[in-house]
Amino acid sequence: MTQSGDVKTLKIDGRDLSARADETILDIARENGISIPTMCELEGLSSPGACRLCLVEVKGSNKLLPACITRAEEGMEVTTNSERLVNYRRMIVELLFTERNHVCSVCVSNGNCELQALGQQVGLTHVHFPYRFPKEEVDASQDRFIADHNRCILCTRCVRVCDEIEGAHTWDVMGRGIESHVVTDLHDAWGDSASCTSCGKCVQVCPTGALSEKGRSVAEMHKRRQFLPYLTMMREGHE
Amino acid sequence: MSRKKLATVWLDGCSGCHMSFLDMDERLIELVGKAELVYSPLVDNKEFPPDVDVTLVEGAVSSEEDLHKIRAIRARTKCLVSLGDCSVTANVPGMRNPFPVIAVYDRAYRETATLDPGVPNEVVPRLLPHARPVHEVVAVDVFVPGCPPSADVIYEAVTALLEGRHPELSAMTRFGA
Repeated sequence: MTQSGDVKTLKIDGRDLSARADETILDIARENGISIPTMCELEGLSSPGACRLCLVEVKGSNKLLPACITRAEEGMEVTTNSERLVNYRRMIVELLFTERNHVCSVCVSNGNCELQALGQQVGLTHVHFPYRFPKEEVDASQDRFIADHNRCILCTRCVRVCDEIEGAHTWDVMGRGIESHVVTDLHDAWGDSASCTSCGKCVQVCPTGALSEKGRSVAEMHKRRQFLPYLTMMREGHE
Repeated sequence: MSRKKLATVWLDGCSGCHMSFLDMDERLIELVGKAELVYSPLVDNKEFPPDVDVTLVEGAVSSEEDLHKIRAIRARTKCLVSLGDCSVTANVPGMRNPFPVIAVYDRAYRETATLDPGVPNEVVPRLLPHARPVHEVVAVDVFVPGCPPSADVIYEAVTALLEGRHPELSAMTRFGA
């Protein structure tokens, strides 16, 4: 049983809630039906706190904090849905759309894409920033899968699942800032990768059409990620 | 009550949004009671008239002609509507944007041409460096994403605007819908 000292009490959006000390604000919000948008976070993987969509306001802090990696503290007062947060979240989604070339209408993941769904969730009807239209590569050298960097949002779920679950660490991030890209091995063609086991976990956790199975046409790519919480649970020895 | 003036324009798009407009079927008859279609690929009028109440724009701004047209249309329209993903995001016409225009011309008029290869210097308007969403070029009042937006979405948008309401569309449509 949890000892009483390990239980924290806090307020989220004015509601009095309790949490274990090892829980994040995001965990507690989810347990209590409070919706906070996320993108890089995925249950079963570590959270880098990178996409900033789950930013929340915490009373007494002048910084916005990512709910996925901020632990509950005694007496915390959290706001998840202020006008400022809603504005920032929409801006983040808009920037994700402008950074690469997301053409939903001809994408394998059209209708099953987390970025597309998030756009609708935050009420996006257009993007206020100029599109960049960068030249990005499509790597179809792998036997079973395709990496289309036009559709990558650098959430790094592929990097984490390959390292933490498959144990291969084929994927990583190369470059800095706007030049960042996910790469296989030392920026080799995916088909030439010596470390890739072709397990496809990266494809299944990818939120967009950036990683897909070969042979899928527009709107035909459905990601299957039921395996992930199951694998994590079994490895941690839980029933 | 006098009828409002409605116009539709086809820039760099596939005409799918206009097909979806026609998919309103019998509701078009109801719309004709509320608005007069004063300019459109669907009617025979060569000059964009002044004082248009609502203009639906399909397509990205891709050529010098598109740019010339959209500026004149903006000046003569009270409420300008970006209709569909090409006008809202540049969508498929924007897929040429990572390439220089000369490479686009080469592919279309030289590499794949079997008869008389070469870039036409008359009739076909010159391409701009990028296909752009309409709102990057002129001010847009209402955005209707979708590829194409369904007839139901277009009907909701047009009837709301003719009644002077701002349409709430984000739950009804999305990019790529």
